[in-house]
Amino acid sequence: MLQFSRFKIVVVALVCLWGIFATLPNFLSEETLKNYWPGFLPNKQLQLGLDLKGGAHLLLQMDSSELKKDWLKAIRGDVRRVFRTAKIRFKGLGQTPELVRVKLVNESDRTEALRQLRTIPQQIGSGFTADSGYDIEVSEGSDGFIELQPTQAGIAQRISGAITSAIEVIRKRIDNIGTSEPSIVRQGFDRILVQYPGLGDTKRLKELIGKTARLTFHDVHPNTSAAEARASRIPLGFVIYPDAEDPTREELLQEIPIIYGEDLVDAQPGFDQNTNEPIISFRFNQKAAVLFGEFTRRNVGRPFAIVLDNGFKDDGVTPDIKVLSAPVIREPILGGSGQISGNFSVESANDLAVQIRSGALPATLTVIEERTVGPSLGADSIDGGVTAAIVGGFGVAAFMLFAYGFFGAFSLLAVFVNLILIVGTMSQIGSTLTLPGIAGLILTVGMAVDANVLIYERIREEMRNGKQPISAIDSGFSRAFSTIIDANLTTLIAAVVMFWLGSGPIRGFAVTLSLGIFATVFTAFLVTRLMVVTWIGRQKSRKIPAPL
Amino acid sequence: MFKGVDFWPHEKTFPIMDFRRTCVMITSGIFLAAVLLLTVQGLNFGIDFKGGSLFEIQAKAEAGGEPGALDISELRSKLGGLGLGDVQIQQLDKPSDALIRVEQQPVKEGEDVEKVQQAAAAKVQEALGDGIEIRRTEVVGSAVSGELQWAGIMAVTFAMVGILLYIWFRFEWQFAAAAVIATVHDITITLGVFALLGLDFGLSEVAALLTLAGYSINDTVVVFDRIRENLRRYKKMALDKLMNQSINETMSRTVVTSGTTLIAVLAVYVFGTEVIKGFAFAMIFGILIGTWSSVFVASPFLLWIGVKRDWSGLAKSDKATAAAQAP
Repeated sequence: MLQFSRFKIVVVALVCLWGIFATLPNFLSEETLKNYWPGFLPNKQLQLGLDLKGGAHLLLQMDSSELKKDWLKAIRGDVRRVFRTAKIRFKGLGQTPELVRVKLVNESDRTEALRQLRTIPQQIGSGFTADSGYDIEVSEGSDGFIELQPTQAGIAQRISGAITSAIEVIRKRIDNIGTSEPSIVRQGFDRILVQYPGLGDTKRLKELIGKTARLTFHDVHPNTSAAEARASRIPLGFVIYPDAEDPTREELLQEIPIIYGEDLVDAQPGFDQNTNEPIISFRFNQKAAVLFGEFTRRNVGRPFAIVLDNGFKDDGVTPDIKVLSAPVIREPILGGSGQISGNFSVESANDLAVQIRSGALPATLTVIEERTVGPSLGADSIDGGVTAAIVGGFGVAAFMLFAYGFFGAFSLLAVFVNLILIVGTMSQIGSTLTLPGIAGLILTVGMAVDANVLIYERIREEMRNGKQPISAIDSGFSRAFSTIIDANLTTLIAAVVMFWLGSGPIRGFAVTLSLGIFATVFTAFLVTRLMVVTWIGRQKSRKIPAPL
Repeated sequence: MFKGVDFWPHEKTFPIMDFRRTCVMITSGIFLAAVLLLTVQGLNFGIDFKGGSLFEIQAKAEAGGEPGALDISELRSKLGGLGLGDVQIQQLDKPSDALIRVEQQPVKEGEDVEKVQQAAAAKVQEALGDGIEIRRTEVVGSAVSGELQWAGIMAVTFAMVGILLYIWFRFEWQFAAAAVIATVHDITITLGVFALLGLDFGLSEVAALLTLAGYSINDTVVVFDRIRENLRRYKKMALDKLMNQSINETMSRTVVTSGTTLIAVLAVYVFGTEVIKGFAFAMIFGILIGTWSSVFVASPFLLWIGVKRDWSGLAKSDKATAAAQAP
């Protein structure tokens, strides 16, 4: 074990050099790194986890039942449209939480009706994979009903699409409130993970990304008021929504909107020139401008309603839909722009403008996990971690020097190389240092020393058994080898499991621990050994003094 | 040249295996007490596993000064009046710092459990007011806590099975069985201490358990490695004597390594923030119990399970048959 080929020496030297240059960028300012650091050297800095630099971690879950409900509503519309075009008379069109069903007036239409309805489902998947097929299944139910039920694959596809567009919407919304770079990724089936560094207070963030913010423009029922409708019955195709300013007031509106929020191309917060109240001014796109111009021209003197749908209120059951304003049309609005007043505060006008600009979320997102660390606590954690590392490091160093003297110093140098390799690798592969990660680093120091302890104790033992120093050193290294591998591999198994189980901080710990294990085996068998071999080579006589 | 101080009395051989019955009896007693504690008292699961919310707060500093002290009793009455069920307030090391725990909120018919949880957290934040800085917020809903529970159980199980398979592969099944008995013993007793002291048990404590499982196995493997080596060397030595010698030979290493690792983890416990203290505590305890178990639990069990003797024969007899078959 005491021979080193020149090749091996070069490899060890190169790895150590790489470690130094990979770690160094962490001690330089970003500016120095940009302007003076040679481009061919590693130039990344260690990223700190949210628990160290402060920030918010929000796990959002999409309300898939809401998504399904909206879809069934759309299917209901499709059924009505298809039957009207084909002139098939139907009755009892309705939806349950699971499906849409409809009955025919004339049973003789059944074949044609089924044929027409089968044009609604869309093909999904490539047609070759297992999950391909149609997104809706048309079947004949009991009591003469025809049923249209979304398939599992169809629901999965809807949710996938909704998550993708929700991520886009969230990104646009968040970009409006700050400069730091959030990470927004899909997690699992129907979840989105938002990580926003540097923000202690998540209230605003949650307000901004949690609300659906679906804006629609509706026609108001021409001659029946909401109160009258409640007293008798609500006309078909109409709904009642409460007013935003005065909860006792309600409006009877046509269920199908005239214009959707997607057709708004711009929305800006501002102030009303007369009342000085916060308002939002907006512009329609070409298509909506024409549509709205036409609508207002025909309905001068009558009100229309601007409705904001925010999914559900905090309890999760009460729908959060309200009429922001129901102005009376004084003259045709042909310019394609307008303004919304709706009892806003400056902040809520601002937020709503951001939300309209970014688009509506396909469904409500609920926060199911929130972890926020304020920047000051993060700084305290770093301070505590650094102090612990220094004190722990000095303690271990003193212990090793006391127990093994000169060779103890070798092992300390090896541990130092070990740390440099871990930090360097973590910086360059872009993994994140978390608080448990710091603990993992300190623990690694303790365990890296173990490899050296095993070797040194073995050398001492061999010498006690009467071996000469050189052969004792030789067998010390070779005999300790398998023990060190076995001991470290078992720890590696635990670390890999942790990586697989963990989220965020725990993962950080697993990464540091695993890297630490590799670095430990490397430094114990190559770095320490190289130092010992060099020391032996420098002895004057071939009979070296007992080193331990 | 300073050679270091070899403080271990190598010339002495401690008759550890002679006391194996006493050791195992003591350890079984502690083990049973831990199991009893875990069934009667149970673990004090943190919000990771139980759901609920947690806030770490600090009184705001008055214009450049140090943060003032928190009035815990005032906080208690303020938060107790919110109708959020059990609200625990725990003073931390500094008088300006405290932890608030709010239990998972009960749900009325038709309400969404996740939203109710968020609403409760918002209520607490509002009630705390301006004079208090919220330094850390954790709100875990019931869906996530359920998944984390499952992940925690799976992690410990998989880690144990992985380690078992590895030792089986590298040694023999007897070694693997003894190592796993020792590790289950360590984990159970550490859990028992968490139950006894009512410490919060969360995801980072599971990570600590896995690490200590790794550490304890590490220790055990070092002793087993030596036993295997001696089995090859001394074919006629009685098994208990051989084990005793192996333990004694590796004892100095065990003590030094436990010492250095303890120094490192103690530093984390003393200087670390609240977030990491539970983890460090589990590690400190785990190192002590892991060291004990690799010497006083794993080896006696290995002796009772019994091992295959004559390890050297394997390779040689293979060669011999190969030579015999050669023309």
